[in-house]
Amino acid sequence: MSIEAHGITKAFGAFAALNGVDVNVPKGKLVALLGPSGSGKTTLLRIIAGLEFPDPGSGRVLFHGEDVTDLPAGKRRVGFVFQHYALFRHMTVFENVAFGLRVRRHRDRPSREGIAERVHHLLQLVQLEGLAGRYPSQLSGGQRQRVALARALAVEPKVLLLDEPFGALDARVRKDLRRWLRRFHDEIHITTIFVTHDQEEALEIADQVVIMNQGRVEQVGTPQEVYDRPATPFVYQFLGNVNVLRAPALAVALAQTGHGAEQNPDGLIYVRPHDIELTPHDAGGDGLSAVVRHIHAAGPQARVLLEQIQSREHVEVEISRSELSDLGLKVNDLVRIRLRMAHSFEEDYAI
Amino acid sequence: MARARTPRSILPGFGISLGFTVAYLGLIVLVPLSAAFLRAAGMSLHDFVAAVTSPRVVAAYRLSFGASFAAGLVNMAFGLVVAWVLVRYSFPGKRLIDALVDLPFALPTAVAGIALTSLYSPGGWVGRFLEPMGLRVAFTWTGVFVALTFIGLPFVVRTVQPVLQDLEPEIEEAASTLGASRMQVVTRVLLPELAPSLLTGFALAFARALGEYGSVVFISGNMPMKTEIVPFLIITKLEQYDYGGATAIAVVMLVSSFILLLFINLLQKWSRRSHAI
Repeated sequence: MSIEAHGITKAFGAFAALNGVDVNVPKGKLVALLGPSGSGKTTLLRIIAGLEFPDPGSGRVLFHGEDVTDLPAGKRRVGFVFQHYALFRHMTVFENVAFGLRVRRHRDRPSREGIAERVHHLLQLVQLEGLAGRYPSQLSGGQRQRVALARALAVEPKVLLLDEPFGALDARVRKDLRRWLRRFHDEIHITTIFVTHDQEEALEIADQVVIMNQGRVEQVGTPQEVYDRPATPFVYQFLGNVNVLRAPALAVALAQTGHGAEQNPDGLIYVRPHDIELTPHDAGGDGLSAVVRHIHAAGPQARVLLEQIQSREHVEVEISRSELSDLGLKVNDLVRIRLRMAHSFEEDYAI
Repeated sequence: MARARTPRSILPGFGISLGFTVAYLGLIVLVPLSAAFLRAAGMSLHDFVAAVTSPRVVAAYRLSFGASFAAGLVNMAFGLVVAWVLVRYSFPGKRLIDALVDLPFALPTAVAGIALTSLYSPGGWVGRFLEPMGLRVAFTWTGVFVALTFIGLPFVVRTVQPVLQDLEPEIEEAASTLGASRMQVVTRVLLPELAPSLLTGFALAFARALGEYGSVVFISGNMPMKTEIVPFLIITKLEQYDYGGATAIAVVMLVSSFILLLFINLLQKWSRRSHAI
């Protein structure tokens, strides 16, 4: 089922959490709401779930074209998974998952056997079959989160909403679980929105990424689109490392080499460290001269910190370690830099 | 050998802290109580049974346990409401109300008793309106119950409050996204989570009410067979130099309170079963 939110505005006192936000989630997709804390992403998710309501008269939430703005959470058929699981501590895993079925009115409630069957099926789906009799306090974080997911799925929701689902887990489990979520989504194809502040997570598993900042949507697109063609300086900086360089000197160099970015002599140039090419200085040719200030070679990629000779600006470059040894770079060596891909933005753009 | 059976623990000092606990409890609780038992043991069985089964004593037991139990139940219900309001809402004067809850702890019980009596006596501020409605409070069972409710309130509020504070609102939201009605959220999610602390609060309020003397003796009127509580009966016996009778009543009171409290503890353990690992 598709989800649309139009012109959502929400203020908490004087703080505007959301400022006229439009989001469109196509049916069956896995969409990430990505942004720093305070960007309004969780508030938007809660409004879609019906746990929070947009400011009166500000906007609408549509499920499959149907207006659900005024429906309470319990009537929207959404599965919501909380960052800290919010499991019922006094219930076993089985009872937690069965909860949504047990609270139904008598005529909608499946039989005792029907409930047991459905719960076991769901526990199988989240790979927790053996743990039906345990209490949440006896489970690990990753297991609790999967119980929360099974509980949300038990009511056969039309959409699944996950609020920082892996935020409280340690790095290793987080990685495993997010890949698992992607595979899981490929199996059940339920329209899913998840909130995260981790750009790596969003880019890795989402079909579509909605990048938010200060209560507004900055850009919407596939992971590759938003990474390769950031619409704003904020998106550029949020999705990984970036060098921000003053234009004039570079604009000249860019014009010479005819690379990337539309020419904008007054703007700032944004370029990712791995989009910069280094060549030995004495080999001649074009490119800007720079001095090596520091080499950081631990890790899969080598990072070289350079100082550009004309403007004295610092530039960080990422190259493979074999490239580094081919160049034979040492501190204080002279090199030439070329930009493979870069974007320029107006300087007055607020970041 | 004994050492080998003890599993190694990273929490040091089990031996010494347990030793201290036992010695301390023995000195403060057990020695005075066993004195009562010893005293009662000096009576013949026949005298003992006669002392504790006389109709006047049985009536006092009934009143003390009945009124204390009822007061405990009422406090459990309203203490929960007070704790709920104090935790979940913010409003002007909240701190004041929070402080007010502890007042029954601090007030000398005799003061509470006299205040309640003058309020509820037929000519008092409240009693004057209740009297025409045929409701007599002072010098009746109801009066005893009112006094016991008054002194027991803080126990429930203070035990439930911190637990409620720790309860994340998310579990209520989770329940409502799963389709639970507000009523189902309360009965299936909140009350079970709060049950252990509610029971603790109830046990404390109940135990306190059983032993209460000061506030009750004024409002009850202490009429034998009607409004005489057990502690008052014990004092009466002592004043008549019937030490044996007094200790016999005390022993029965002690044993039955202990059994009741033990039972409540078991109930609590059962309701807390999910927190055991």
